[in-house]
Amino acid sequence: MRNKLESTKFGKYGGQFVPEVLMPALEELTEYYEKFKDDVVFNEELDYYLRDFAGRPSPLYFAQRLSREYGVKIYLKREDLVHGGAHKLNNTLGQGLLAKYMGKKRIIAETGAGQHGTACAMAGATFGINTEVYMGAKDTVRQRMNVYRMELMGTKVIPVKSGSQTLKDAINEAMRDWVANVETTHYMIGSVVGPHPFPTMVRDFQSVIGKEVRSQIMEKEGCFPDSIVACTGGGSNAMGIFYPFIEEDVDLFAVEAGGSGMKTTDKEALHSATLCTGEDGVLHGMRTKVLQNKDGQILESSSIAAGLDYAGVGPELAYLADIGRLKPCNSMDSEALLAFHDLCRLEGIIPALESSHAVAYVRKAAATGELGDIVVINISGRGDKDLETVMGMRK
Amino acid sequence: MRIDEKFRQLKVRKEGALIAYICAGDPLPAATKEYVTALVRGGVDIIELGLPFSDPVADGPTIQAGIQRALEGGMTPDLFFKMVASLKLHIPIVVMTYYNLIFKRGLARFTKDCAASGISGIIVPDLPPEESDELLQACKENDIDLIYLVAPTTTQERMDRILAEGTGFIYLVARLGVTGVRSDVAGSTGELIKRVKTATPKAVGFGISNGKQAAQIIRAGADGVIVGSAFVDIIAKGEDVTARLEALARELKECSKN
Repeated sequence: MRNKLESTKFGKYGGQFVPEVLMPALEELTEYYEKFKDDVVFNEELDYYLRDFAGRPSPLYFAQRLSREYGVKIYLKREDLVHGGAHKLNNTLGQGLLAKYMGKKRIIAETGAGQHGTACAMAGATFGINTEVYMGAKDTVRQRMNVYRMELMGTKVIPVKSGSQTLKDAINEAMRDWVANVETTHYMIGSVVGPHPFPTMVRDFQSVIGKEVRSQIMEKEGCFPDSIVACTGGGSNAMGIFYPFIEEDVDLFAVEAGGSGMKTTDKEALHSATLCTGEDGVLHGMRTKVLQNKDGQILESSSIAAGLDYAGVGPELAYLADIGRLKPCNSMDSEALLAFHDLCRLEGIIPALESSHAVAYVRKAAATGELGDIVVINISGRGDKDLETVMGMRK
Repeated sequence: MRIDEKFRQLKVRKEGALIAYICAGDPLPAATKEYVTALVRGGVDIIELGLPFSDPVADGPTIQAGIQRALEGGMTPDLFFKMVASLKLHIPIVVMTYYNLIFKRGLARFTKDCAASGISGIIVPDLPPEESDELLQACKENDIDLIYLVAPTTTQERMDRILAEGTGFIYLVARLGVTGVRSDVAGSTGELIKRVKTATPKAVGFGISNGKQAAQIIRAGADGVIVGSAFVDIIAKGEDVTARLEALARELKECSKN
């Protein structure tokens, strides 16, 4: 089951579907990653930043009142407490340090809501590397506070005006930049997506989440949980918490954004449930499940949570779904909102709307018994960024 | 017409090839035939038609906009093959598109449709040789050339593999970056032309828009030049399109003659 890094694929998914110009850069990145991933000095330095800068380990919190309300024992993995307010920093510190070791002078990245962009800005500032972030023009307006946060930390935010002006287009534009500046620039991809080695590398950097859960739950319960539930857009928080449990007897639930319904037209999907409804395709350098029309044109996806709003998904998740190792499921916008309020009211934790999708699935599935007795939910981020959206919904 | 046959003819005449790109269906499906005809009148040797894809990562703003217009104008793969079949040109036609459209249609069906509609070659900018075995096989079965790209960053090891597999012509990416008009010729271009040692014809693209650049590239040892954004620009402006396409083709062709 475990993929060796030398293989670029997860079953039939993954690979390197990129312009020839980038192939040597991917080879170089793979080479450096293989060299440093088990390197003692590299890992000590990364651990230092994860601990003293990011604030790891993040707590595993027993949510007593939520457990009573939903009828299963619920633990929350508090990635919302990581510096910056989300799990994204785990990856950007890893890649940032690698970029430093590789001698790259510049970091570029894409961002949707701005969480990954913010984490890049933090890593860029910490390691002293120039950072530029592509962000859909629409998103720069919707998430202007995050734009300002990035700018405060010295990152240049470039609004993308092509296509739908959202995450998908920001990725396209970042790839175009990388093609032009590949010799000096590291592309810091924000999820377990893109061409090899990104899905593997980002998963490994995010696996710190699951590794911590292993020892934390052992300490608290003396056993592993029955199930782990994580929201899934590109899938980095999900792979990060799932991966260390892949070979254990623990059920894994990847909760996608059901948006306003499981409907699609020739141009758009009302959801972002790629694992649930996507078809085999090639997008952003990888073969994976993709939301697409009958011709293969990529659909505009939709979700109340910008971080889940993506027409593709990490290739390893597609593979794990196909072999039945994880269960793809989804929560609608409205369900996520209810769960958001539950967690605020019962636990005093304001979760990101992304993470609220995972909570929402537990809310509806706990009674069926499919989650077992002990559930870990990955609270991948905090909800401060979503307050305007939620306030807007109340009106 | 086969691509290698075209290059053989040109070699006898001591001419460099002019390969012209436009996006099929830009701005409307009905426009393409007229535009292609104008390009052929201007002396284009090979027509490269873009089959528009929603997420063209290798293309710069000019061609992205052309693709966007074509998609909004209703171009689809079905319509594309129907339109190409109606062209009935006496010069080779190649299709340039992204892999997902080929993958979704099915490699066998896509290559069969190419053969049936008179297309001689396929260019897929997001399909490096590592991932192209299956398409290469399907191309062989249908007597279609799979045209590979090489870039200034391509290592010798990769170059050897690409040159061993590529047929039709080798597409030399003149510079790092996406498609789009540039006024100069990158220093790396001449170097790349020298590095690509093969009997397969070499055509240089990315950034070429005028006769002076074309002449320089042919003089440097290339067998052809590929021009796209400059033609797409004319379509975007929308004034005297056919006359201007023909005039630019003529200028480029004259300068490619050595």
